[in-house]
Amino acid sequence: MGTLGAFDELWGHGEPGNPRDALAALATWVADTPADELHRRRQSAETAFRQLGITFAVYGDAEAAERIIPFDIVPRIFLADEWARLSQGLIQRVEAINAFLDDIYGDRRIVEEGVLPPDLIFGNPQFRPEVAGIKPSHDIWAHICGIDLVRTGPDDFFVLEDNARTPSGVSYMLENREAMIRLCPELFRAFRVAAVDSYPDRLLETMRSVVPHRCGSDPVCVVLTPGHFNSAYYEHSFLADSMGVELVEPADLVVDDDVVWMQTIAGRVKVDVIYRRIDDDFLDPLVFRPDSLLGVPGLIAAYRAGNVTVMNAPGNGIADDKAIYSYMPEIVRFYSGGEAKLPNVETWRCREPQALKYVLEHLDEVVVKLVDGSGGYGMLVGPTASKAEIETFRAALIAHPERYIAQPTLALSTVPTMVEAGLAPRHVDFRPFLLTGSNGVQVVPGGLTRVALREGSLVVNSSQGGGTKDSFVLLPDDAARQVQMLGAMVQQQELPS
Amino acid sequence: MLSRAASSLYWLGRYVERADFVARLVEATVRLDALSARPAGEAAWDSALAVTYASDAFKATGMPINQANVARFLTIDRDQKASIVRCLESARNNARAVRTALTREAWTAINRAWLVFHNRAGPGGTMATLGLVEAIKAETRGFEGAVFRMMRNEATWFIRLGAAVERADNTARLVDVKYHLLLPEGEPVGGVVDRDQWTTILQTVSAVTAYRWLYSEGLKPGLVIDLLLARPELPRSLAACVEETVEMLGLLGKRTGLQGEADRMARARSARLQRTRSHEVIVSGLHQYLQAFIRENALLDAAIKRQFRFL
Repeated sequence: MGTLGAFDELWGHGEPGNPRDALAALATWVADTPADELHRRRQSAETAFRQLGITFAVYGDAEAAERIIPFDIVPRIFLADEWARLSQGLIQRVEAINAFLDDIYGDRRIVEEGVLPPDLIFGNPQFRPEVAGIKPSHDIWAHICGIDLVRTGPDDFFVLEDNARTPSGVSYMLENREAMIRLCPELFRAFRVAAVDSYPDRLLETMRSVVPHRCGSDPVCVVLTPGHFNSAYYEHSFLADSMGVELVEPADLVVDDDVVWMQTIAGRVKVDVIYRRIDDDFLDPLVFRPDSLLGVPGLIAAYRAGNVTVMNAPGNGIADDKAIYSYMPEIVRFYSGGEAKLPNVETWRCREPQALKYVLEHLDEVVVKLVDGSGGYGMLVGPTASKAEIETFRAALIAHPERYIAQPTLALSTVPTMVEAGLAPRHVDFRPFLLTGSNGVQVVPGGLTRVALREGSLVVNSSQGGGTKDSFVLLPDDAARQVQMLGAMVQQQELPS
Repeated sequence: MLSRAASSLYWLGRYVERADFVARLVEATVRLDALSARPAGEAAWDSALAVTYASDAFKATGMPINQANVARFLTIDRDQKASIVRCLESARNNARAVRTALTREAWTAINRAWLVFHNRAGPGGTMATLGLVEAIKAETRGFEGAVFRMMRNEATWFIRLGAAVERADNTARLVDVKYHLLLPEGEPVGGVVDRDQWTTILQTVSAVTAYRWLYSEGLKPGLVIDLLLARPELPRSLAACVEETVEMLGLLGKRTGLQGEADRMARARSARLQRTRSHEVIVSGLHQYLQAFIRENALLDAAIKRQFRFL
């Protein structure tokens, strides 16, 4: 099963049948559960997802306007010590992202001290001069981050992408877990898995911790969605629902005298904290795109006046821009004073002539990405691309080198995955979620594992046909013992009859 | 509660009720068609179209009126506003827009109902049509059951308010159209065809057994009208729907403090209905009475929108 030659999350670099330490139980489970049983359970999960409407919309695809993301039943497992190391690196990175945002919309030390070239910031379409000088409450910009990681070996994790705007996928993390608990309860007896279901509580806690200073003790928090035709609408409603807050659309909000109100049947109610799932461009037509019919006129003025917290903060796009990404090691060093604990994937900035030259000479080996592209669009995967595709990219690169970066094609780790023929290794990546409130940064012990379902494919994006898996984070032994003790203390009581 | 959410919940209630009503109408018409050896079958489908205000739209398709065409038109035709699939689509869109106000069960019920119809190519023959109708009735019952298990708050009451307003409208239209259009010329009042048609009406509102319980006499048009207008025991009678409207508005008013024009209109209508004697209505003009009722229902709908600031 290690036929792709990559590190396998279950088998390591070894032969199938010879699992990594601590994962013997998963190997046994995979070996002992008949393939048709695994198929049946996977289908049952997918039926439930469809009935619950856990769907995403595919733009420009009228026939299949709503799809479910394929779900795979074999979980991907993080050992407790792996997770502890990862968490440290993630927290360091998110702290640096936050410090970076606060700096470039404020004092701009990092530019003045010559660490970053000014044009990279000020000439960047993701830089929003409109929010420069604004101090968000508690100086927090990146409240919710999803950091995409890949793995190539036992100790080799790399950051692929920082998502500090409106990262999605957390509802899949939670729903996948629900499905696994129902369909594979035996795995939760074999492993002590950290719970993920406190995420909505933690998110609400985070929201409440960043209320504007002048607001009362019982803040009104809302989730702002573009509406139910948005591809991530399920997640928006899921989050609002599980936090018990209103899910609002732009039309539900009005700004009056720099205060944001939502329109209810009983009149207006003041809004204090907005978790927005709308891009900057469509947030406020008075400030960003005047042609946008979406958006809440006056929202940014209210935000600037300190009457409402907007999370993630407007202007965050600059932090997860792919051109900035290549400077993340420098950014982490500048703000934390130490080396980045989580390395980047090696990146060539095509804006630099030397890098461009290398990339043009190695187009059939590298992955080329649009600096402002996402969702697997605007991307060249060299080794699997046709000659024509490569030539198209060559022309584009020569015309606008600053719009592109390139990275080596990594041997992403694999996880055994159910395909038509049975279990087979498929490449995965991983998106953990971090929350930053006035009480610090926390990592949710879990995340979204995305899997490329086609053999050999490295493209895991759901809009490109990728699937998902549950991601187990194992509790450390001490915690595991405590869980066991807790179980023993619960007295069994008979039902009255 | 958000004004937009209140509006969506209200319309969710209306559209689910409408889908259920059209399903029942198709089922009863299939029965009437089967029972009739004469051209009454065609007339039955004609009147089913009239009840759903879809006669002109159907005429525009250029298709002849028969079971296959009309049944398809009223069940799975995505281009027709009156079809069940379109009602369910509207219901589902409203439900999606207010998912946070619904329980998982309530949402799943409506989503499942939509999945039954979604992408369905043809209703097939009579058996298949009846199977489809049966499935949709089961799903809407499931939805109603889920609504009854939701928290007793504004979300539930707006759905039920919408359902009650819609149901009043549906019953009034059903009685009006069937009473005036059904009987073919030359057919004696009280004859076999007439009798079948009154049974059909009762079936559409699930009241065949109720009639037997409430009236010791055999099937009489006057008594069927009495049942559908004035008996509060029957959930789909005008009296029951009007009563429920008053009740839901009362619950909403108590919780939100919002009382006004809609409450006054609903209460006045309820008081009037309590004084209504159905035989007097028949004598003085049932059609005029029902038309006035339908108009009043629309006015109440508009008052509800104003009172709760629907966006």
